[in-house]
Amino acid sequence: MADSTQPLSARAKFAVTAGKAAAAVSRAAGRGSGSVIGGKVALRVDPELLARLAGHLDVVLVSATNGKTTTTRLIAEALRAGGPVVSNALGANMPAGITSALSGGAEARYGVIEVDEKYLTTVAEDVHPKIVALLNLSRDQLDRAAETRMLAERWREGLQDSKATVVANADDPLVVWAASSSANVVWVAAGQEWKDDAWSCPACGGVMHRPDDTHWACGECGFGRPAPTWVLSHGQVIDPHGSAWPIRLQLPGRANQANATTAAAVAATFGIHPQVALQRMESVAAVAGRYDVVSYQGRDIRLLLAKNPAGWLETFSLIDPAPAPVLLSVNARGADGTDTSWLWDVDYTRLAGRPVAVIGDRRLDLAVRLEVANVDFGVYDTLDQAIAQLPAGRIEAIANYTAFQDLRRIVGN
Amino acid sequence: MSTSGLRLVWVYPDLLSTYGDQGNVLVVERRAQQRGLRVERVDVRSDQPLPTSGDIYLIGGGEDRPQRLAAERLLRDGGLTRAVENGAIIFSVCAGYQIIGHEFINDLGERQQGLGLLDVISERGTGARCVGDVLGDIDPQLGLPQLTGFENHQGITRIGPAARPLAQVRLGNGNGTGDGTEGAWNGTVFGTYMHGPVLARNPQIADLLVKLTLDVNALPPVDDRWYEALRTERIAAATAPA
Ligand SMILES: [Zn+2]
Repeated sequence: MADSTQPLSARAKFAVTAGKAAAAVSRAAGRGSGSVIGGKVALRVDPELLARLAGHLDVVLVSATNGKTTTTRLIAEALRAGGPVVSNALGANMPAGITSALSGGAEARYGVIEVDEKYLTTVAEDVHPKIVALLNLSRDQLDRAAETRMLAERWREGLQDSKATVVANADDPLVVWAASSSANVVWVAAGQEWKDDAWSCPACGGVMHRPDDTHWACGECGFGRPAPTWVLSHGQVIDPHGSAWPIRLQLPGRANQANATTAAAVAATFGIHPQVALQRMESVAAVAGRYDVVSYQGRDIRLLLAKNPAGWLETFSLIDPAPAPVLLSVNARGADGTDTSWLWDVDYTRLAGRPVAVIGDRRLDLAVRLEVANVDFGVYDTLDQAIAQLPAGRIEAIANYTAFQDLRRIVGN
Repeated sequence: MSTSGLRLVWVYPDLLSTYGDQGNVLVVERRAQQRGLRVERVDVRSDQPLPTSGDIYLIGGGEDRPQRLAAERLLRDGGLTRAVENGAIIFSVCAGYQIIGHEFINDLGERQQGLGLLDVISERGTGARCVGDVLGDIDPQLGLPQLTGFENHQGITRIGPAARPLAQVRLGNGNGTGDGTEGAWNGTVFGTYMHGPVLARNPQIADLLVKLTLDVNALPPVDDRWYEALRTERIAAATAPA
């Protein structure tokens, strides 16, 4: 694929130019990077543009509920060992944003593309990926998204006819079910702390049994955990030969070690050695502001994004131990989903014993949630008021999507 | 109430806990404990028999396929029906609400038999999904303040003569029948479309369930400051022009 550098047709070239012009206008008007609007214009001019732009690339698609932006970044860093990479690094992960990102990739060898879960199948049809990396699937944005199992079913149907190698998390039953329609799967034991969307067997509806921390199997039909060839174990990647390679990321947390393990498995399919891949991943310090430590009002604040119950759970496991102060911010605007009931699926008792300050549009929903969890907290109207009340120490600020963007804007990140 | 304390049964969290309805369990548990009651919480998965000696049974919402499976397993188990005969309280939400009625439309588009514990029949609406904040007046017989909740469903539920609407909506859709009714109740059996979760938005309903269990008219007060602040905000948000 990489050597078939067919020149773009006149129409495709015009579409790319039109898209770039629209993006420039959008940027000038102060509407962000303009990548999405640019992609929309370009796709209108040439609906097959995405397929054309990807034609000369070895494409990796990355999809999941959580961790896809970070994993995309880690894979991109690893693959740069093998040649130039084009990627939608800023997380614009629907067809327009992807088109816009790829339009800058004429010289690239690899396309590493984060895809929204709902668009995975359609984008895969357009770009003929070599690799599809699937990390996890869990509840997210309840009032908008399709049901979680329906998404898995859509993946399953889409992957059935794909020639791609699927690199999939053996520890997430929904992902395993989706991936196992494919003829060629590399199973990665990447772990999955969140289990509440997979107690019911995706294949038959039977009750899932979990005899220990690792294994799972349906009590009815026997659908169970496949044997992995790549394993995350105590901060090391175990490759298919059984060799262990230490993960030394700047990014914190178990979930990012899982992302690195998947990224190493993807890189290996392109002949990049895990040691080389993992070393390259060490350069990643923050991804679109996530994990950044900023200085604001004389305080250090670490910015952490958690959009759904599974994300909050992984975040609680990486924050500094008590008595490190914690700031929580939750909104329920369009991009967040307007229903806040997911807060009740997050185990906030994990914050007991810490100083907790609460802000955001839906701080009162969070206040009731924390009251019921018997966690001490204070509620504040603004970030400045909140941090003035928090005791000394680096503040772990955890926010959902638009609340995170608000935080970044306020602290000037 | 059983001698061991208040026995709170969460029905089928493996199938029916998609929309944060676990919060209803947590709110009842917390508010009962704050009144000095010892709470025994029993989470019953769908491959386990339902105890028949519980005091309060909470059934949550869920996706379409798990709803079908839950109804099949509850019907086969029979424990919930015996629990109601023993005087237990049932509080059900959305998919759970439909299941305890006479019938509903399942994910295969078929009519499916429910438990018949509440005189309601559900079907699937053909219009837009009902999503958003709801405000309503609760049945005066229950003596409770305004109902606030969040709805997210496509169901239509019609109430038969043996049940009464839980509330009359001022804003939102509720049962989706166009007559402004929301939820249903009869004796100790309650159903609602309200998420939020509904007992976090309406702690007085949680207290009602505890009072019915203890057969008392009042409970010692607890600090409702944050609940009241949230209620005031959500009621104002529901009534504000979009
Ligand atoms: Zn099964």
